[in-house]
Amino acid sequence: MASVITLLYYALCVYIAAFLALGFARTRDWQKAALQLVVLLPFVLRVLRLK
Amino acid sequence: MTRLIFAKILAACLFLACLVGGGLEMRGLRTYKESLVKGPGVTGTGRLSDYLPALKGSWGDTNLYFLDSGKPGGTALILGGTHPNEPSSIVAAFVLVEQALPEAGKLIVIPHYNRSGSTATQPMGAYPQFISIKTGWGEQKFRMGDRLANPLDQWPDPEVYVHYPSRQMLSNVDMRNVNRTWPGRADGALAERIGAAAMELIRREKVDFVVDTHGAELLYPVTNCIVAPDQGASIAQLAALDLTATEFEVHVEPSPAKFRGVSHREIADHSEAVPFLLESPDPFLDQPTGPKTEALELDGKDEFLLAAARRGLLFTDYDEKGKSMEERAGRHISVSRQLAAQWSLFNPERIVAFSCPGYAEFVANGLGPYFRDPAAAPEGSVVLE
Repeated sequence: MASVITLLYYALCVYIAAFLALGFARTRDWQKAALQLVVLLPFVLRVLRLK
Repeated sequence: MTRLIFAKILAACLFLACLVGGGLEMRGLRTYKESLVKGPGVTGTGRLSDYLPALKGSWGDTNLYFLDSGKPGGTALILGGTHPNEPSSIVAAFVLVEQALPEAGKLIVIPHYNRSGSTATQPMGAYPQFISIKTGWGEQKFRMGDRLANPLDQWPDPEVYVHYPSRQMLSNVDMRNVNRTWPGRADGALAERIGAAAMELIRREKVDFVVDTHGAELLYPVTNCIVAPDQGASIAQLAALDLTATEFEVHVEPSPAKFRGVSHREIADHSEAVPFLLESPDPFLDQPTGPKTEALELDGKDEFLLAAARRGLLFTDYDEKGKSMEERAGRHISVSRQLAAQWSLFNPERIVAFSCPGYAEFVANGLGPYFRDPAAAPEGSVVLE
């Protein structure tokens, strides 16, 4: 069960990371762009299994 | 538009710098290997997974060192690194492997009982990632880990941790605390499998007594002590009396009968072995201290704890000299030696005796002289922990 939850968690992290990266690329507001990257950082660290 | 693109590129560069900088730091702790030189007392090595194949290939698997005197007697198991944020236990285990000479019976030493936890740092704790002890040949560097198993290896934590087999409800994060998962479960979570493997080791190697070494806050009543179940109370009391009269103050705390999952309770209830848990006072672990630095871990000097000591708030003595790593690691070895001596008086057919530098030697000479130089060690005697 823990393995299934872990897999779902990482899938969710990838989805949110992609969503934030897309948001960063599309936004025309530099403050929103910076905010998206700040939020993106822990998700990328998780996907890379560093955190 | 150009300004926006420039701002985005700048932000992306900062993002990458944070990602690489932070990521490399975390990966560095996860992958760093400590050098340990097998001393003349080591007669064999093994892995915890030898006793539970389900651990093989996981971060719960860890090295065991056998120090067999070749003379008849009993067997003692000494655990270091149950809580890797209490590094005096790991330092003591390293010195035992490098310096101890068994004289009767057999010693088994595990320097990193919670190897997974030693590869992560305390979340929000601002802990140093490493501590280094100066030696004549350079520095002996140790990872400064977390109390719990690394969440990369065991996740998610449950809402409530239900201990097996008692079904006692404990704090959810204690599901990753290898001193709350005894006696373990062979098909359970990683921390439970570690406990199950250790119990199998105790049974298969006919271990007579177990010494589980820890550090504890000075503001916590269970510090500066030996925790023992009823089966080991007399041995622990005599060891404490002897040490208090000759080297340093130490007292005995009874193992609570209803507190489940801890080594000093479950090993006693689920095997023939007698467990003892040692708590040496570690100022670094207390909450009201200054910054959590490497220096604080090594010298144990803190002005806020000193103020608390002057107001009588601590559960052990404390002064300007602090509580150094030398004192704390030395206590673990001296208490272990003394427990072996008392055990042998009560069990003459299962004697365990060994020599090893301890409290008096470390306080007088520092720890440096007691670590062997990996570069000068005989071929095949260096192990990466």
